[in-house]
Parts: sequence; structure tokens; C-alpha cells
Amino acid sequence: MTTLTMTRATLLKDLRMEWRSKDAINSMLFFALLVVVIFSFAFNPTAEESRRIAGGLVWVAFLFAAVVALNQTWARELRNQVLDAYRVSPAPPNALFLAKAVGNFLFVVVLEGLMAPLFVVFYELRSVGPLWQLIVVALLGTWALVVNGTFFAALSIRTRSREIMLPLILFPISIPALLGMVDATTAILTGEASPDFWIKMLAVYDVVFTAVCLLLFETVLNAE
Amino acid sequence: MTITEAHNPAGVTAPSLPLAMVLENLVKFFGRFAAIRGITASFAPGRLYVVLGDNGAGKSTLLRIVAGLMEPSQGKVELLGAGKIREVAHRIGYMGHAPLLYDELSGMENLRYFAGLYGLHDDRICKDAMSMVGLDAELSRRVGQYSQGMRQRLSLARAVLHNPELILLDEPFSNVDVRSAREMAAVLGQVRDKGKTIFVVTHQAALMEGIADEFVHMSAGQIVAREETARRADDQVKTTS
Repeated sequence: MTTLTMTRATLLKDLRMEWRSKDAINSMLFFALLVVVIFSFAFNPTAEESRRIAGGLVWVAFLFAAVVALNQTWARELRNQVLDAYRVSPAPPNALFLAKAVGNFLFVVVLEGLMAPLFVVFYELRSVGPLWQLIVVALLGTWALVVNGTFFAALSIRTRSREIMLPLILFPISIPALLGMVDATTAILTGEASPDFWIKMLAVYDVVFTAVCLLLFETVLNAE
Repeated sequence: MTITEAHNPAGVTAPSLPLAMVLENLVKFFGRFAAIRGITASFAPGRLYVVLGDNGAGKSTLLRIVAGLMEPSQGKVELLGAGKIREVAHRIGYMGHAPLLYDELSGMENLRYFAGLYGLHDDRICKDAMSMVGLDAELSRRVGQYSQGMRQRLSLARAVLHNPELILLDEPFSNVDVRSAREMAAVLGQVRDKGKTIFVVTHQAALMEGIADEFVHMSAGQIVAREETARRADDQVKTTS
């Protein structure tokens, strides 16, 4: 039994359960939709202004929406104490973490795919820089959010007010990644600067935090 | 053929096998409260132990420590000859107080996933486990729509799915009607007869009369008495003669 096999099995199980309940995706979608609509009424920017502020708006919307999904991640494992069944099994703990992180990554990427056209319409966005760079930033940025989010959600599952705890722990540690995402997105949309530095920084952030989360997850999983 | 037979054709535990469980001066504190107070005991393999005691006696805590879900504050647990529970995790089955099942999945989907955790990918194993506890493997209903009794049966199927040598069951008969509870108890007897060691924590001692080999009485975090049953005494007489 390899980590990859168990990651795949757990991921498929989570996707099946999400497909049936649609708990995470529905809450994320409605939340992101609200943010887009409310911000568009609150700011009503011109196309030029939009390009400058969209990086921030987009990522703040996705960050808050992702937190909604991240809170759901472990809720299913806590119901009926199913997590105990995993803990007593010989399955590798990191497979559970990877499956949850990849699952959250997919949910947030789907959300971004659905919300991107709305952002374009509401904020009259046109990218001056190459579009493929935006996709790279979106993928790296999303992984940065979910890998930490999945880890800290696991860390806070045994706390009483875990839905408040998660953003309290996650947001400060995500600041470097958030800076990278916002600045890289703004640089690509306005075409005024190169996003290369921020993209590299995001890649390094992803590697470092993925490694740290994988190293520490077993301890978090078995903490009382 | 039952699932147990499928994985253990011999079906009998050799007498030379190590003790199923050795507890050495086990202590567990929750804050300043000692839930387990220095338990030292050993348990032979191939027997069905029923752990009895009032609420708060430490039965579930002891079971969770043995299952590896909780670290003891002091002391050692040795299972199936291994000092580290993780090393023998594939040889242990655990049924918790909660069902440990996903409500959104069907019974077979649940078992398939949990079988995968033990590296088993044969649907036949899951079907055998379901039929062993008297559930229909074709039932497409999600577990969330199961009755409490069906959940408990499925939970038992999940615990024995991988043919473990040591089975730990915490209140397997709670919220189960008397007839289903008797059937479950009979299943446990059959599993024990295949050479498995079973620990059942329950308040319903009467259900296990005639099936259990030993009653282990706990009080205030300690094992206060161990009582071999008439069934065990009969077996010993047969062996001697």
C-alpha cells in the first residue's frame, strides 16, 4: 500500500462525497459571488482602476471562500469519528493530508474557473500581460492557500471554536503568499512590471510549506 | 465461507503465539484526573474478553490506548508481541463508540474504502464481511439512512474486514435491539472460534454469557477482578481429558 494509492482512494472518496452533498462548493460559490457583487457596487471602478485593484479583490475573495471549504475538510472526518478509523489503520498519515489538500485545491480551482468570467464582466478586466502567467500564479497561489489551510484546519479540529481559529492561524502565515499572488496578478493585468520574482517566490513558498506540512502532519493527526 | 476462514484457512491460533496483550503499569491522566491507574495485566490469544464496569471506570480509555488512539501518560502496551502499536496496526480491528462510518456513502462504499486502508482491494472481502453481520451487500442506501442497529452491524463488519487477530470493540451493542445484539454476539463467538482475540467493552454482560471466556471487571481506572466463565472451564476440562 503506497502513499499514492491511498491518496488516490481518499481523494476519490472525498470527491464522491462532495459530489453528493455539494457542501463545500456551494458555500464557496455563494460566498465568492457575494464578494464580487458587493465589491463591484462598493467601488464601481473604471477599467484602468480595475486592473490595479483586481489582484487584491480576486485573491481576497478566493481566500475567504477557500476558508469556507477548508472548514468543511475535516468536518466530515469528525462526524461519526471516522478519523479514528483512519488513525488505527496502517495507512500512511501523509496520504490523508495529500488527499485533503489536493481535494481542496480542486474545489478552489473549480471555483476560480467559475468566478473568473464574472470578475472579467463586473470589473471590465483585460489582461495586458500574458494570460498563461495568470494561470501559473493562480495554480501556485491556490496551492499555497490550500496546503497551509488544510494543515491548519487539521490543527484546529479539536478546538472548540475551530471556524474562528482557522482564519486566525491561516491568514498571518499566508501573508507572504498573498502578497506574491496580489502583486503578480496586478503585474500581469497592468503589464507595468514583471511578475517573475513573485512567481518564483510563490513556487518556493509552496515547496517549503508543503514539505513542512508533510513533516508535521502525523504529529497533528495523532495529537490528543 | 466466512471472511475469517478466507484469510485463515487453519483457523486456529497456535499455542506458541505470543500473548495478545501485555499492559505494564498503565496510567492515563486527563489533567489531574487519573482515568487509568496503574494497570498491569496480560491476556492470552484466542479468547473473548468482556470488559465490564460502571461509567467512568476507564474501559473506553483503556481500549483507546490499546488501539493506539491515545498515548498513555505512563506505562507500556505490548500487542501481539510488538512494542509499537503502529507495527501491528494491520493485525488490529477497532470498533469505536461512534460508528466510524461515512454517512454520505453506502455500506459497500464505506467498506471498500476502509478495506483499501489495509491494502485490500477485493470486493468479495467486503461482501463477505457484510453478509457475516447479516447485511445485504446490494443495499444502495447511504449509511446516513441506516437504522442504529444496521450501523452497528456495519461498524462491526468494518472492524473485522481485514481479518485482524486482535479485535477491540467499544460498546458494540449500544442502541441495538435485543435480537440484533444476540446475533452480533453470536458472530463474535464465531470469530473467536477462528482463533481471534476479542475485547468487548459493554454494559450488557448478559448478552455475552455462554460466549465470553473471561469477564474483566474495571473500577476507578483499575482492573479489580478477572473471572473465567463456565464456558472456559468446560473447554479446559475437555482439553485435559
